[in-house]
Amino acid sequence: MNTTLTDSEIISRVLKGEQQLYAELVNKYQNFVFTITLRYAKQREDAEEIAQDIFVKAYRSLADFRGDSKFSTWLYTIVTTSCITFLRKKKLETSSLDNERVFEVADSQDSGMRANQVEQKSKFAMVNQAIRLLSPDDAQIITLFYKGEQSLEEIAQVMKLETNTVKVRLHRARQRLKEKMESNFAHEVKDLMD
Amino acid sequence: MNNSHQNMEDRLWEYIDGTIPESEKTFIAQMVQSNQEWKTKYAELLEVHQLLHTHMEMEEPSMRFRQNVMEEIAKFQIAPATKSYINKKIIWGIGGFFVVMLAGFIVYTFSQVNWQDAGSTGSLPVDISKLDMSKVFNNTYTNIFIMVNVVLGLMLLDMYLNQKKKKGFGV
Repeated sequence: MNTTLTDSEIISRVLKGEQQLYAELVNKYQNFVFTITLRYAKQREDAEEIAQDIFVKAYRSLADFRGDSKFSTWLYTIVTTSCITFLRKKKLETSSLDNERVFEVADSQDSGMRANQVEQKSKFAMVNQAIRLLSPDDAQIITLFYKGEQSLEEIAQVMKLETNTVKVRLHRARQRLKEKMESNFAHEVKDLMD
Repeated sequence: MNNSHQNMEDRLWEYIDGTIPESEKTFIAQMVQSNQEWKTKYAELLEVHQLLHTHMEMEEPSMRFRQNVMEEIAKFQIAPATKSYINKKIIWGIGGFFVVMLAGFIVYTFSQVNWQDAGSTGSLPVDISKLDMSKVFNNTYTNIFIMVNVVLGLMLLDMYLNQKKKKGFGV
């Protein structure tokens, strides 16, 4: 595999018919795309199916990628749209910031975790478990910012929001994450702060 | 959470993210140095920020994921770019067609209004029951209006067929 090619070079060659090179893009972005879909779908099978559809959609629409933005930003826009469509289709709980039920579900998961797992939580587990307790919107915005290498402006483009709205949502999402960690991993948080 | 507390957190997040305006940077730095409340909050938020940077993990799909995607895309062709089959001139033409149509209807409606009676009755200046729709297609202005629309329609058709012809010749 040629790992020195940039996204734009790969896309240009795929468009010229080198279909197998698309695997490079899949390889590079599959974990990130799967992480986001899992934030929405919760079940790994569903998340994987959505992630697969996303890569197929991206492939079929590749000629529409004009290079005005990063390929990742363009791809994450498809991810967001597909995840929202999935939620609508499944008629699952929507993930708006004021959706109380999301937090009720999360809280019910909290108690189970407290009973069984909290004691051996590492920092990794603490952060990742706490993220899972967030609403998909909150989890997505945090993931895009910290792992997706996206600026606030790019996240705004991906989520079809104003940059300032993204900024505020990111602040609130991290605040909620902090609260989740404090309420579920009190010992670990205390250790960290000491 | 009260407003000033929220405001402090928001500004500290901006400070941590590096999105705060230069003019405020020094002020926040001073507050973090000198004010205990700001200092504590800053330490808390920075801890969350660093944890997220260093400890957030990505999920991994199954081993076959990439292969599944490649097998799936082998069944498809890359669709032609949208801009190659959406012609802006056609979009503007369709827009123009509807604007002319709307303008025609508005002009016709206003031409039927008896403006002198409007003030005395206090009701709407249009008596809908008096609109004689049978006259619509016998009116010269309406005929002109329909003609304009037909011409616009033919122009659109011509543009579309020209486009097709050019594509056919690979131009």
